[in-house]
Amino acid sequence: MNWFMLTVVGEDRPGIVAQLTAALYQGGCNLGEAAMARLGGNFSVMLMVQHTGTLERLLALVDPVAQELGLHVHGDRIEGHLHRHLIPDVRVTVYGADRSGIVAQVTGALAAVGCNILDLQSDVGGSEARPMYVMTLEGQTGNGIEALEAALAPLGRDDIEIEVQPIETLIG
Amino acid sequence: MTVLDILTYPDVRLKRESLPVETFDTALRTFVAELEATRLAGPGAVGIAAPQVGRPQRIVIVDVSQMKRPVPNHGHLVLVNPEITAWDGYAVGREGCLSVPDYTGNVIRAERIQLVACDPYGQRLEFAMDGFEARAVQHELDHLDGLLFLDRLVSRRNDLFRRKTYR
Repeated sequence: MNWFMLTVVGEDRPGIVAQLTAALYQGGCNLGEAAMARLGGNFSVMLMVQHTGTLERLLALVDPVAQELGLHVHGDRIEGHLHRHLIPDVRVTVYGADRSGIVAQVTGALAAVGCNILDLQSDVGGSEARPMYVMTLEGQTGNGIEALEAALAPLGRDDIEIEVQPIETLIG
Repeated sequence: MTVLDILTYPDVRLKRESLPVETFDTALRTFVAELEATRLAGPGAVGIAAPQVGRPQRIVIVDVSQMKRPVPNHGHLVLVNPEITAWDGYAVGREGCLSVPDYTGNVIRAERIQLVACDPYGQRLEFAMDGFEARAVQHELDHLDGLLFLDRLVSRRNDLFRRKTYR
C-alpha cells in the first residue's frame, strides 16, 4: 500500500468532505491524518490517503467529485507514517491590528531560537475598516521557554500582543 | 509488587461507572499498592484510576509533586470515593492518558476545585486545589464516571477564546 497526500481546494459548500471521502472509500482507499480548514470562505483539506494503485489512479477516483464541485486537486506520493506525534511544550498567541509581516516576524524569531512549530492557525477578525489579526501556534521550544520569550519580547512592544504559555502535558 | 495490566481504549470497561468503596481493609490497601506500582511502571503518569486496571471502584492516585517545573501540590494522594464539591474558573491544558496511547489533546478543566475523599483507612480528607493538580484530579475522577479525556477534547481554534493561564 502506498501513501499519498491529497490537497483539495475550492469554493466552500456543504458536502465536499462527504463526497470526497466516499469516492476514496469506494475506491478502496484508507485515510490517515487529515486537516480541513475554511480560509476566507474557501474550502481546503489535506488528506493522507493509503491506496494500492498509482497517483494517477488515485486522482482518477476523485476526479468526478472534483469536476462536479469545482475543486482543484493536487496529489503527491509521500512516505506515510502514522504514530509520529510530537508533543508541544509551548503555546504562543499573537494578536494586533492587521498588517503585513506579523507571521514572518513571529515565526522568524521562533526559528532563530530553534522552536519547531507543530501547529499554526490564524484568522483576520475585527471589522473591514479595522481588521484584527489573530494567530495561535503550538511548538517545541528547542532551547527552553526563556530563550523563546526573550526572542519574542521585542516584537510584543510594538503594535501586537504576544503571550507565551508553557504546555505541561498531563498523563493520567 | 505486582504491576497490573492497563486497559486501553476502546476497551468497554473504561466507559463504565465505578462503584463506591465500602470496605476499607487490607485487601484495599494491597490493591492501592499495586495500582501505585502500575502508575510508576508507566511513562511518567501523574495519576491513575482503578478502572484503568479493570477494577470498577472509586479509587485514584494523584501525585504532581515530581514535576520538572514545580507546581502547587498536596504530595502523594490516594483518594477513595473522591468527590469534587466546588469548581471555579477554566483553563485549557494538554492531556494524555495511559489508556489512550500515542495521542494528546487539549481539554478544558476547572482551574480550582474543592475535593472531599477518604484515605485507604476510611479517614475523611478535604482539599482546595488549583492548577495542574486540580487538572490531574479531574482527569482521574473522570475515569470513575467512565469518561476519558477524548470525551472532553476542544478544538484548537476554540483555545484562544477560552484561554486563561493555568499554573
